[in-house]
Amino acid sequence: MANFTVPEENYYTKDHEWASVDENMCTVGVTEYAQDSLGEVVYVELPETGQKVTQGEPFGVVESVKAVSDLVSPVSGTVVEVNDSVMENPGIINDDAMNDGWLVRIEMDSEKELANLMRAPDYRKMIGNK
Amino acid sequence: MKSTPLKAEHEAAHAKMVEFAGWYMPVEYLSAETGSAGGIRSEHMHVREKVGLFDVSHMGEIRVRGERALETLQWLTTNDVTKLSNGCAQYSLLPNEKGGVVDDIIVYCVESGRDYLVCVNAANAEKDWAWFQSHNRGADLKNESADWGQVAVQGPRAVELVNRIFTGVAAVPPFHFMPVHFDRALCFAARTGYTGEDGFEIFVPSAQVTKLWRELLSRGSDLEARPIGLGARDTLRTEMKYSLYGHEIDDTTNPYAAGLGWVVKPDAKDFIGKDVMLAQKPAGLKEKLVGFCMVDKGIPRNGYRVLGIDNREIGRVTSGTVSPTLNKSIGIAYVHSDFSPVGSEILIDIRGRGAKARVTATPFVQTALTKKKEN
Repeated sequence: MANFTVPEENYYTKDHEWASVDENMCTVGVTEYAQDSLGEVVYVELPETGQKVTQGEPFGVVESVKAVSDLVSPVSGTVVEVNDSVMENPGIINDDAMNDGWLVRIEMDSEKELANLMRAPDYRKMIGNK
Repeated sequence: MKSTPLKAEHEAAHAKMVEFAGWYMPVEYLSAETGSAGGIRSEHMHVREKVGLFDVSHMGEIRVRGERALETLQWLTTNDVTKLSNGCAQYSLLPNEKGGVVDDIIVYCVESGRDYLVCVNAANAEKDWAWFQSHNRGADLKNESADWGQVAVQGPRAVELVNRIFTGVAAVPPFHFMPVHFDRALCFAARTGYTGEDGFEIFVPSAQVTKLWRELLSRGSDLEARPIGLGARDTLRTEMKYSLYGHEIDDTTNPYAAGLGWVVKPDAKDFIGKDVMLAQKPAGLKEKLVGFCMVDKGIPRNGYRVLGIDNREIGRVTSGTVSPTLNKSIGIAYVHSDFSPVGSEILIDIRGRGAKARVTATPFVQTALTKKKEN
């Protein structure tokens, strides 16, 4: 089993999204582990800017050749930016899930919600990283 | 979970293994050099352009022999088994009493009238075996599923490859097979497949399957032969609009609706549920299995609703994917016959959004095999 990159500074969901927080802005993507289990991503559906999202609720989907997978929002807030290049070229998620493959930026309603997310050591344990 | 004799080969080739119909099977192979996904799409194109090997040892095999073998198969299947001479293969259905389909199968005639090998779906192997036993008309039945491994060799270079190991098989016509020997064991090399490409499905005893697999890879290295997973097997068959049991057909399917009327021969013989199936034929013709391409964005999936332009429900998606050959979203669906002509505009309910699609001619992709058939 491969070891996946799990940056220390990020937050993680049990549904394999990562969240990178800068003050009240939260950048969201799927983890290295998620892209690997999905296989080639061929389609991404994301919300439009201005849309409200809720922690723990689906806000979009990623589809591989074989499977459909919901994207679950790590935080509640308002979508302020969407990565259009990922919608045009979903393969970016496979190439660089943790950077260029980011999906949306969310203006958070409350930083307190971050306490419900996992930190890197727990996420590593969950996916069986050594 | 069951595994085929080739499990160790798959793991050594960095396969991503998944559970399929109770079997531990390779869904795709990772490229050893990068450790990243080689990917279903590249495996798919490899079969369309070169040659791929599929481990299909999970498929079931039922042997039907004896004086009453023909009579039993005539009763159990919809197609006319009397048409088969030695070395012929025939696509067919196992009908149930309600006019539905227990399984779709291929009947291989080893010895006309008294010896047939029936290849059945892995997911249905146990159900089919029980069905054969309870509907037997005096044949000598044997479940040979564990005895046989099976390797499918498919693609434009497949015949050249298989002919290197089994000299002379290149002369075997489509839907025929030849008994051959490998490692002193009797095998059947059948000119059949599930990809739309030319090639063979080789029935080989379980004890010899690993040796044959390795031999095919080594003798085929200059042809770029490589293993292909079940993921690409599914996209390849979807591009050809070949039915997959559990998707396009099941216990309730009317074969006429599924476009499988050509393997139902009610004038030639009696078979299980024949009267019911014929009585349902007019209703079956009111819906049709069609292929469609997405006009709007989105990927159709099994179970999605098909809507008319007025949002009325007119059918159901049975299979869908992104076609690696066409690089666009394609699907298969049952629709009301008013919407079945090529060019009809339909909507696919993708998570509550009515995404536009258009009924298209199938197969979605032309291959050497489909072109050959037209001539």
